[in-house]
Amino acid sequence: MADINKQPDADLHPKSDEDVLAAVQWAVVEETPLEIVGQGSKRALGRPMQTAHTLDMSGLAGITLFEPEELVLSAKAGTPLKEITEKLDAVHQELQFEPADFGPLLGIAPGQGTLGGLVNTNICGPRRLKYGSARDHILGMSAVSGRGEIFKSGGRVVKNVTGYDLSKGITGAYGTLAVLTDITVKVMPKAETEQTLLLSGLTDAEAAQAMALAMGSNAEVSGAAHMPASVSGGRAATLLRLEGFAPSVAYRIENLGKMLKDFGTHEQLEEATSKSQWWAVRDCIPFSEHHEKPVWRISCTPTQGHHIVETIRAATSVDAYYDWQGGLIWMQINGENPQADLIRATLKQHGGGHATLIRADAATRQSTPVFQPQPAPLAALSKRYRENFDPKGVLNPGRIVG
Amino acid sequence: MSGLKMPALDQDVLSRRTQIVASLSRIVPGEGVVSNEHEMRVFESDGLTAYKALPFIVVLPETVQQVADVLKYCHGENIKVVPRGSGTSLSGGALPLEDAVLLVMSRFNRMLEIDYPNRCAVVQPGVTNLGITTAVEGEGFYYAPDPSSQIACSIGGNVAENSGGVHSLKYGLTANNVLGVELVTIEGEIIRLGGKYLEADGYDLLGVITGSEGLLGVVTEVTVRILQSPETARALLVGFPSSEDGGQCVADIISQGIIPGGMEMMDRPAIHAAEDFVRAGYPLDVEALLIVELDGPEAEVDYLIGRVEKIAKQNKSSTLRISTNEEERRSFWAGRKAAFPAVGRISPDYYCMDGTIPRKQLPKVLARMRELSEQYDLRVANVFHAGDGNLHPLILYDANIPGQLEKTEEFGADILRLCVEVGGVLTGEHGVGVEKRDLMPEMFTEDDLKQQQRVKCAFDEKHLLNPGKVFPQLHRCAELGRMHVHKGNVQFPDLPRF
Repeated sequence: MADINKQPDADLHPKSDEDVLAAVQWAVVEETPLEIVGQGSKRALGRPMQTAHTLDMSGLAGITLFEPEELVLSAKAGTPLKEITEKLDAVHQELQFEPADFGPLLGIAPGQGTLGGLVNTNICGPRRLKYGSARDHILGMSAVSGRGEIFKSGGRVVKNVTGYDLSKGITGAYGTLAVLTDITVKVMPKAETEQTLLLSGLTDAEAAQAMALAMGSNAEVSGAAHMPASVSGGRAATLLRLEGFAPSVAYRIENLGKMLKDFGTHEQLEEATSKSQWWAVRDCIPFSEHHEKPVWRISCTPTQGHHIVETIRAATSVDAYYDWQGGLIWMQINGENPQADLIRATLKQHGGGHATLIRADAATRQSTPVFQPQPAPLAALSKRYRENFDPKGVLNPGRIVG
Repeated sequence: MSGLKMPALDQDVLSRRTQIVASLSRIVPGEGVVSNEHEMRVFESDGLTAYKALPFIVVLPETVQQVADVLKYCHGENIKVVPRGSGTSLSGGALPLEDAVLLVMSRFNRMLEIDYPNRCAVVQPGVTNLGITTAVEGEGFYYAPDPSSQIACSIGGNVAENSGGVHSLKYGLTANNVLGVELVTIEGEIIRLGGKYLEADGYDLLGVITGSEGLLGVVTEVTVRILQSPETARALLVGFPSSEDGGQCVADIISQGIIPGGMEMMDRPAIHAAEDFVRAGYPLDVEALLIVELDGPEAEVDYLIGRVEKIAKQNKSSTLRISTNEEERRSFWAGRKAAFPAVGRISPDYYCMDGTIPRKQLPKVLARMRELSEQYDLRVANVFHAGDGNLHPLILYDANIPGQLEKTEEFGADILRLCVEVGGVLTGEHGVGVEKRDLMPEMFTEDDLKQQQRVKCAFDEKHLLNPGKVFPQLHRCAELGRMHVHKGNVQFPDLPRF
């Protein structure tokens, strides 16, 4: 046991739940903050922090339970996502919420990240529209709170209303409530096949209309995105993805095409092309070149998306494309000023939502509220909520609010 | 009431009743405050009728401001509040307390907005679950979660309980179908979480509120996702010689990537009770009966019917029928939907349980349940949301026989302990309420429960909202806030540092 008065090395590398507990308890007693890190792939998300110590969770790894017939998988928090994906792939299953990989967007190698990091950032993909995000697929977890206590929530079954759903309450908390040690997720069989109906040449407003019609139809669209010409590099492309069993996909794409016959020129993208298009939408590939430019992720009422972009565009130079039927705007700012006030004021005028500064240099993320500021009563509630998990503020302090 | 201990009555509050009635009547004028015993009797119980208590005072607010003012007043005066929707809870979530204001949300019964392009509806919490579907079905939409009480239960109650239903296998629970709420805290603050956009910002307090059983706040508006009604639906009715075969069939269907709109199983006693009651044409010589309903585009449904039929046959199905029209499909469901009243016909009373288990544990759990049935000398019939492992054992008893209710509750508790033992949970969709409150330590450690209660402290530090529900033991927030790690009992962790 090391001398407590000696300045220890900066990094702690727990190998077991007990190690994590010991590390957090020590941090609590010393009131010294910890940065919680898996593979570090999401370190550039959120506000930059200054912590004396890092809790490196990558050693707490491994799949602990996988029962494909029961559609359930449990793993230690530091398990590489890649390992989980490969395991699921082998039996034709997946994480249905289609987690995005922000590697290319943030200028780091793709394929990084751990399950714990994924859950802490509640990342999802284009299927958010139909199947929700990480929070909708987390069945249970164990964690060490910022009080230095081990606790669990949920279980391994889907249908469960026993007690508060702390698993949802911790998902997306950017490590500010508890250090996850074990996570149990619902997994699903992969769709047998997919096709995408590509509508070319639509304006943003026409695309919004087409996507709303498609989503309101029987076609069971599992992805609805629109790339304006400025982003697609050619003609504007509106993508409507259909997944499922082959006979069903064939039937639906035909009906959908008929319904949208007045919208642009049509093309059916087969599985391989479809997949690559949606990979680009998911991982924000269009904005993965100019890493110096700020990028926003804006969540809004779907039919308001193009109005929001139009208003912002009138005031400053931006590039933008839409996912989630327009309910998710990816926006790259062509300038140094991230335009936070403009973006958030415009959002407020158009039915509300929230804007997250997903890419910017550390100085900008320090001076600009990265996450949407909350009204005072909600901000106060969120603060009390956090303090009941981490009263001393030792876990990722300042990552969400300064 | 069999041995249920509720929080001690607040004599100070009880002694100020006249004054409190007057103050509340100023906040909610007219017919909004009910204080005479006769009129309050209708509220003395919810769907868990074994438990009754007369409310202290009943308040029926009409506006959000009134809700805020009532809560703020109660908070200032230290008066407990029990929120109530339609009062259909099967776990006693809306059971009144004799020293608590019962806040009845039934006057919040308006649909505020239907937004088809964004596929959502903004509704007041007193609107019934089915009321939402009724309002949007003309345009071909519906609201997916469908608890069996959907004709009566309110959407506010659904949020409080995170209600499910037959469809939740494919379409999720309430938590997966709610986009936003307006919530009033016990301090009278009006807070919005989420909206018409797909995800709320900040901590997922919406996820925490959903299923919090009225302990964290009072929901005054709900934005729900509405879905396009499936083009068609067809069902298979499959009998099996053993529950193992039926269980394997369910596992095979799901692991092939087929997620039916509904997949329900019944055991022999439930099949017989249902068939005797509604003559649905169920086979009587099988141990397990499975209804598999496939919904979606016609081409898909036709294709999948064929695949499920093949899977059923591979799993030794002894009878198999496929619906060819709507009438036939409904007849398959008739017995299942009437299962509860059917059991009610063959027994003076029945007690409905709600555990969830990993699907593969079904044969083991059913076998053990038969043993318990013999041991307690009480009959049990099982209906089962087979796709998601949610069991509804119905224990048959007679409340007029002294001691039978107590024995039934013991049997029920043993069933739930069994569910936890095999990796499942105490409640899949009915909630903890008062019914399963004292079983919580079967599933959670003291630290687990304390962390949940700390969340309560963030919302309601005085424990005024729906106390006595969900948690077996109430801890003061000051006590919960105390830190247990101190200098002296912690040393620098001896971890590898490299």
